[in-house]
Parts: sequence; structure tokens; C-alpha cells
Amino acid sequence: MLSSIRNRLIVIGLLVAASVWSLWPRNVTVRQLGPDGRMQDVTVKRTPLKLGLDLQGGIHLALEIDQSKGVVANPSDALDRALTVIRQRVDEFGVSEPLVQKAGTGRIIVELPGERDPARAKGIIQRSAFLEWRLTDMQNQFSEAIARIDRALRRAGVADVPGAPTTPSPLEQLLKTDSAGADTTRADSAADTAGLGTSGLLASLLFQGGLPGEYLVPEESYARVDSLLRLPDVEREIPRGLELVWGAAPRSQGTRAYRPLYAVERRALVTGDQLTDAQANLDQQSGGAIVTFQLTRAGGRIFARETARHVGDHLAIILDQKVQSQPPVIRSEIGRRGQIELGSASLREAQDLALVLRAGALPAPLVIVEERTVGASLGDDSIRKGITASIVGVAAIVLLVAAYYRFAGLLAVGALSLYALFTLGGLAAFGATLTLPGLAGFILSVGMAVDANVLVFERMREELKAKRTVRAAMDMGFQNAMPAIVDSNLTTVLTALFLFQFGTGPVKGFAITLIVGIFASFISAVFVTKTFFLIWQERRNPAKELSI
Amino acid sequence: MLRLFDNANYDLLGARRKAYIATGLMAVVGLIALAVRGVNSSIEFTGGTLIQVRAVDSTISIGAIRSALEGHGISGSELSTFGTDRDFLIRARVEADTSGSDSEAQAAAAAVGRALTETFGDGSHTVERVEAIGPKVGGELRTRALLAILLSFGATLIYVTFRFEWRFGIATIAATAHDIVLTVCFIGLMHLEISLLVIAAILTIVGYSMNDTIVVFDRVRENLHKYKRENFVEILNRSVNETLPRTVLTGGSTIAATLSLLIFAGPVIRAFAWVMAFGLIVGTFSSIFIAAPVLLAIERRWPGEDVRGAKSIIAPAGVSQPT
Repeated sequence: MLSSIRNRLIVIGLLVAASVWSLWPRNVTVRQLGPDGRMQDVTVKRTPLKLGLDLQGGIHLALEIDQSKGVVANPSDALDRALTVIRQRVDEFGVSEPLVQKAGTGRIIVELPGERDPARAKGIIQRSAFLEWRLTDMQNQFSEAIARIDRALRRAGVADVPGAPTTPSPLEQLLKTDSAGADTTRADSAADTAGLGTSGLLASLLFQGGLPGEYLVPEESYARVDSLLRLPDVEREIPRGLELVWGAAPRSQGTRAYRPLYAVERRALVTGDQLTDAQANLDQQSGGAIVTFQLTRAGGRIFARETARHVGDHLAIILDQKVQSQPPVIRSEIGRRGQIELGSASLREAQDLALVLRAGALPAPLVIVEERTVGASLGDDSIRKGITASIVGVAAIVLLVAAYYRFAGLLAVGALSLYALFTLGGLAAFGATLTLPGLAGFILSVGMAVDANVLVFERMREELKAKRTVRAAMDMGFQNAMPAIVDSNLTTVLTALFLFQFGTGPVKGFAITLIVGIFASFISAVFVTKTFFLIWQERRNPAKELSI
Repeated sequence: MLRLFDNANYDLLGARRKAYIATGLMAVVGLIALAVRGVNSSIEFTGGTLIQVRAVDSTISIGAIRSALEGHGISGSELSTFGTDRDFLIRARVEADTSGSDSEAQAAAAAVGRALTETFGDGSHTVERVEAIGPKVGGELRTRALLAILLSFGATLIYVTFRFEWRFGIATIAATAHDIVLTVCFIGLMHLEISLLVIAAILTIVGYSMNDTIVVFDRVRENLHKYKRENFVEILNRSVNETLPRTVLTGGSTIAATLSLLIFAGPVIRAFAWVMAFGLIVGTFSSIFIAAPVLLAIERRWPGEDVRGAKSIIAPAGVSQPT
């Protein structure tokens, strides 16, 4: 008997611990728009429970390929191209957790929680893609300029030199708050591991990459380096004819992630409008993945001339100001048709690169077929009202149950408080999003949780009336009520599953809360309440009366 | 000690005619309201634009917004206040007969925004919410909502049949269908807007109502084994009476929770809360007054020919049933 209670308490303890753990505020790094209008990494501590767009404000967009201004040849490829382009621009949105995904066969969903400027966001999404091929800095001119840039930085008072004369600038303010708050961008740590040189701020943050003109920046100092490079003082020192362009994706080396940075020529050899097609293939001889491409007649002439002059140089493929994959080397003169060998890369990577090329070559016009924007203040309002409604609703249920069932009711209320914890913990653990309808689902599932208790207690009353002992009434109560509880919970879960399957945003939020809530309510009403009863029974052995 | 309906022994089945009449009246009134005023479906299903504006400037009123829109050549939009008298909803539906371009809803939203800013100036109002839904997406959402309702119906029918027996299943579906019809009538009477959320409310009521009915039928099944000598009407009456305290208490607590949503959760979710509250009341009503009588009617029409023995309803042909 006692051991069974102990086992039950252990299970409850584990569930409580798991829920508390999944709800415990933790550090998350989010990329957000800094006060200077650039993205920066900020570490914040918060409860890992995601709020829906209706609660925190934001914009939800569904996009399709626009066929109204002429038929698009291959709609599904066009959609993939558009998706590639939008993913490229995720950083630009200025929100911490943007979501870009394909829905069904013909639609792209973009969700931007906390977006304050829908017009700007829509502009970013619908801007047409721009592809260019540019030579990398073969003479390492930028490498030589780093020392000059660092001197300029020191003059501007940005470098970490003690006692340096400072003139307050917006950026300096930003950097000051950076180093003041321990929870903002951490760039200083990179200075410990010597970069290109030990003297100078930029030199300490850049590592030489494997190719000429390629540098690696530790992922955590990416935002800082980016803001440094945009300083007018720095831009002046960058060698004429060169430009710094970031790589599209971070690269991992060992345990650390680096963001490649490329010094490339300002002049483009070829742009997207001169490209007609690109396809991924496997090379017949080597078996390696390749991307074959085809240029227009005019593009091919220019390309042949330029490649002849630059054999041995590296060519960066830049889509929307981001260098895609590693710049390949020019082996020989290339005309209208050429191929990029990707060496050991998989066919999948080749397909991605071909997609990038096609995205730049063939613009995919997008039309917004669905927009839902919620302002931040309406979101706050909804949170406040939703929480008030939850508190009042739950309090009403608690009062009703406690007044009607007295002592047994209090045990049930105790179990209910665990129920709330389980539900929220479950939502956090599944990464579910809490929406306003979700809060409604939460309140409703409290009602369901009570229902299970009511079923049990009514059975107990019946058994007590039939003059059974408290102990027997308790067991019979739980046992007899079980089929009804299981049936009723299962039918509701069934309905909620269909809602989840066919619903969109807010309705999905409602369904998922309902489902998690029903499981939590089953545990709390049946398992936890029974444990409480067992403990009470054990304390006053044998209990003669039960206030129910 | 508080006891509701302790030892209740009402002739609930005897009251079935009155219940049918009450239900019928409500349905007729509601259906007339629906027929006269039409279904008020949200732009989610028709396609269109919804803009919620909060006025900072106190001179902004419905009339002022209407003349601002008309001054910019935007006509045919519906205006209403939303919750308070400084929150306004502007709704414009995309006409189904226009070539139905998807960017139309977007363009409409932008035009309304421009008209308001140009007339009242920057800072005089804030745009709290914009929904712009193309007609194609609207059609899809409509199809999906219908599918969700039908499939959840079907799935539950299968579940109940599997768990009980087909006659119980039919009776459960009948009681639930009754709840949905009445809820739709209620929506018609209140002229509530049918949105995705309202559909979610209806589906939740489907779940709840089945719940409620199943608890009663669960007791019927149990009592059929327990009181083999009683006739079916007695057993039904006994079962409904025995589960009455539970039905009322659970109904009461969920309705209390929903009323809290209705009163405190704000206008965004108000239609949802209305539908939930009404649906819960009807669901409770139907599990007391509708489900068991329908089961009785079905049993009389197709008496227990089921050969699965104990699972079937015991109503030997020889036993006369009081009417």
C-alpha cells in the first residue's frame, strides 16, 4: 500500500519536474533589429512558450506564384526558386523567429512574429532576386587593408584601446551598451583566440579562409563584424573596386560555426538576366555532383572573354548580396555552356546551387493570397483579456467544485493546479504556440478535467449511499467511472485531431491546447486525485467518513 | 451537504414531446432568421478584407470613416464598432463575380489604409489588424472547414459504434446533429459571423455533446445488465436520472468557464464564446431530453435483432412498453 503511494508520488514528482523544467526560463539567442537598424544577436532569458501572432502581434502571409500576368512555365520550380530567395532574406525581416515554409504544393507561408512594419516585410518578400558572378579578391588587397581599417577604427574610438579619445557616435553608444550588458553581443571572446593579427579589433575577429579573398568570422561575432564593416570610417578604407559580401550559410569547423566573408570585385562578370538555365547532374566520368548552366548568346560572349583572362581565379556566385557555396575556380575559357564541379558535395547540394542560379535567372513573381496582420497593442490587449478570462473561468470552476464536493472537491482542486502546470509544460515541450483560441481551449479543458472528477465523485457518492466502506467506495468510484472518462476524452481528442489537421493558425492553436489539455486532465483527474485520496486514506486509517 | 438531483426520479422520457416542441420552435425561428438575413460568413470564407482601426482622435466615427472611404472611391464596405466605441471594423468582401484576382484583397486593404491616413492624418488612428484573404484561399478554407466537420462526425460515429452498438451510435449522432442545427439557428438569430474560430467552436460542441450523450449511454448499457427485469423505458429513465447530477454539474462548470470567456476575453473571441456557451447549454439539454428518446425511437423501429448477446439492447418482443 505504502509503496504503491510512494511509486505514485514519484511519478507525479517526475511529471512536475519535467513540466517545470520545460517551462523554466532559459537563455535563447535571437537575432533582432538593433537601434541602428541592423540585425544583431541578443541573448534573452525567457520562458520557452511561444506566443502566437494574435498574442504578440505580427504578420502571416501566404504567397503563390502570380500567374495573372502571363503563364509561368514551371510553377512548382518557380515556387522552389521563390522559396530559396525568401529564405535568403530571412535576416532582413528584422524579427527574431521568422518562419518560411512551403505549404502544400503551391504555396509559401511566411510568418513574422512581432513584425512592426508589414509594408517593409512585404517589400522584402516581393523584391525580385538579383544574381551576379563576381571575381574574388585574388591579390589579397583587402587583407593588406585590414591594418589600415583597424587604425581607422582606433581613430574613431571604436577599438578597445584604453584612454583613446572618443567622440560619441550612435554606433559607439551601441557598442558601449554591448560591452556593458553581459547578455548582448559577445564579440570579445573571439579576441582571446588570435585571429589574423593580435593588434586591432577587426584583425582579431577575422580568420583567413582557404581561398584568396575568403575570411571566416566566428558566428557569434557575425553581427558585430557586420556593423563594423558598415561604418563610414571603415568603408572609406576598403580598397577601391572591392566589396565585402557575406556567405549565405554558416560553415562549421570543428565544434565552432563560422560565417564566411568574401572580398569580391564590385564589377559583375555576368548577371542573372544573362543566365538561361541551370541543372544539377552527376558527372559521367568522376561521378561527382556538378551544376551545368547555360548563358544567353550575349552573356556567353562576355563570359568567354572574361574567363579567358581570369583562368585560375575564383568566381563568387552572389544572390541578393550573399555568396552561395564556395566560389569555384575558373579552369579554362568558358562560353555559353559551362559546368561547376562541386567535388565531394552531394547531388542535393548541387540541386540547391542550381536552384539558386535559376532563382536569379528566372524571376518568380509572387502574389500575396492571404494576409493576417495583428498590431502589437491588440496582441497585448488579447493577452491581458485572455489571462483575465482564464483566471476568472478557472476560479469559477474551482469554487463550484469545492462548494459542491467539499473535502473531495479540495483534493480535486489540488490536482487541477497540477493540471495547469502539466498543460503549460506540455505545450512548451512540444514547441506548441499559445494563441488566444488556445487560451480558450485551455479553459475548456479545465472543464473537461473537472468532468472526470465529477464522474468519479458521483460514483463514489452512489457507492457510499449503498453503504459501502469509504475505501471500497473510493476504489469502485474510480473503477466504474473509468469507461465513461475514457470514452469522453477520446471523442474529444478525435475531434481536436481533425481540427488540427484541417485548421489554420488560430484553430490549430486551439486544437493543440485542447489535445494537450485533455491528456493533462486525464492524468490529473484520475491519477493525481486518486493518489491524494490514497494518501488521505492512509493518514487516517481506516477512514470512516468522507466529505464528498 | 450539497446534493443536486439526489435520488432524482423524473419522468424525463415522458417529457420528450415537450422537448421536441421546444427544439422544433427554436429551429423554425432560427431557420427563418437565417433565410431572411442570410448567412453572415466571415471574409475567411468569402475572400475579402477586414481592417480593425483604433481611433486616437475622438472625431473619428463610423460616419466619418464612411465619408472618408467614399471620398476615396471605396464603396460597399461594411462598418461597425468592435468592442468599444473607438474600435472600428471595416469589412469589404471580394465579389465572387469579379475576375477574382488574389491581389484584389491586398489592394483593397492598402486603399482603405491610404484613405484613412489621408483623411484623418498620421497618428489619428492605429491599424490594429488587417486580414486580406483572396477568394481562392477563402474557398479552400470553406472546403476544409466542411471536411473537418464531416470527418469528425464520421470518425466519432465509427468510434461509438465500435464502443457500443450501431443504434447507440445513430442516437448519439442524432443528438449531436440536433445540437449543431440549434447552434446554427442561434448563430442565425444573433447574426453572428461564421469564421474559422466559430467552426472550431461548433466542432468542440460536437465533441462535448457526444461526451455528454456517451456518459448517459454508458449508464444505459450498465443498467441493461444490472436491471434485467426492467423494461427499456424504465431503464432509460433511470439512467438519465442517475447521471443527472453529473450532467448538470459538468455542464454548469464548463458553461461558467465559457461565460468568463464571453465577458472577459474581449471582442476578438466573442462570437466564439457565444457559440460555445449556447452550444454547451443545448448539449446539456439534448443529453437529458433528446438522446434517450431518440434511442427509444430507434429501438422501437429496429428492435434488438442484434446477435452479439449482452451488447445488444434487451427488449424482448413480448414485453409491453408503456407509452
